[in-house]
Amino acid sequence: MRGNAQAHDLIAPGSLSAVLELLAAEPGRWTPIAGGTELMVAFSAGRLNSPKLVSLWGIPDLSFIQTHPQSIAIGGASTFLELRKNAVIATELPLLAKAASWIGSVANQTRATLGGNLVNGSPAADSSPALLAYDAEIEMTSVRGSRRIPYSEFHTGYKRNALAADELLFAIHLPRRFAHHKQYLRKVGTRRAMAIAKIALAGTALIEKGVINEIRLGAASLAPFPIRLKQTEGALLGQSISRETVLAARRALLDEVKPIDDIRSTAEYRCHVAANLLEEFLIDLSGEESQK
Amino acid sequence: MTAHRAAVQFTVNGKSLTINVPPMKRLLDVIREDLHLTGAKEGCGEGECGSCSVRMNGELVNSCLVPALQAQGANIQTVEGLALNGKLHPLQEAFLACGGAQCGICTPGMLMAAAQLLENSPHPDISEIREALAGNLCRCTGFIKIFESVVAAAANKPSEPDHEAPHAR
Repeated sequence: MRGNAQAHDLIAPGSLSAVLELLAAEPGRWTPIAGGTELMVAFSAGRLNSPKLVSLWGIPDLSFIQTHPQSIAIGGASTFLELRKNAVIATELPLLAKAASWIGSVANQTRATLGGNLVNGSPAADSSPALLAYDAEIEMTSVRGSRRIPYSEFHTGYKRNALAADELLFAIHLPRRFAHHKQYLRKVGTRRAMAIAKIALAGTALIEKGVINEIRLGAASLAPFPIRLKQTEGALLGQSISRETVLAARRALLDEVKPIDDIRSTAEYRCHVAANLLEEFLIDLSGEESQK
Repeated sequence: MTAHRAAVQFTVNGKSLTINVPPMKRLLDVIREDLHLTGAKEGCGEGECGSCSVRMNGELVNSCLVPALQAQGANIQTVEGLALNGKLHPLQEAFLACGGAQCGICTPGMLMAAAQLLENSPHPDISEIREALAGNLCRCTGFIKIFESVVAAAANKPSEPDHEAPHAR
């Protein structure tokens, strides 16, 4: 333990409005902390550069899962355990439930929040590929009001995002129209529990009369932040699945991704495996079609 | 550098307490240094090993990742709160009977994670046990005897040398 608790202030105003007023009064000076599964690790290691922290833990306005006819809204401070327990997510958005089960261990899932996973902005974030494949939107809020952007535009660079200094990630909105899509999510890591992804790929697709009419692909650890693979999607849209289509999609993916060598894996391995995961999804898709 | 402190009121093993600590002090350090309950251990200090596991408001947490202020009003159970009136918890009995503890560093966390599991699922299958304990690392036992201990505790019977071991793979 190298962190010094005396070197940091932490307050818990207890309500969303009080937190937003604080962020507006001193923009950039307060670091929001929810379950602490990232920031407390940095603190223990003595590398937390936040003298002032404001707690989001236990604020009811940030912790909710609301089911609307067309969408589901998940509060930024909802935990992965809460996501896993939600019946609508389990049945209609199974990729998100699966991703939630990947977060660390039980003791991490009780504390780690969906909003925290996104704001932390790891290129390997477990929840990101599924949210990209489900076309999620991010709602940000401040004393100035709320705004929504596609999740695919939330990350703007390595550990950078679209939040202004006085904004909080308020909610993640997911459309409820994927129940009939073919869905795919696979993470490749060192072990099943606790391991951070070497690479992960999510996909949702709709095939009609043998042709891919809709496809969304989300990937982790293939760029400085989680990305939609739009070029690869473009190579597949409107196509039927043949050996040529698969090869063209693999080429598009390899052209589009920019993985790196790091402690967990190599760029070469990540490229190779990413293309194989894509091919696995496409083979699933064609199998689905031939059964009809 | 301000010596900021906060009054944190919580219940630990059934006892209501108020302590005055820096709000970012880790719950683990509060439990060990201020409350002198040294069952919970610091292994990794980054939420990977589970040896600091305690239960907070009925959920398992890594106490090394909880700032003291976020335990305000919480109901906390540490391994010291498992035994009731001097009688060991069935899990503790089972760990003893099955050889589920060796050096003992991971044991308090294993017990708390297992207690959490059995509360949610009184008769877990082996895959549930493996998932529930996946965040608790043991470098001695190879885990098999720990899984057997949980199975034995769930069956609420002392283990026998030749009892049918669950196939943990």
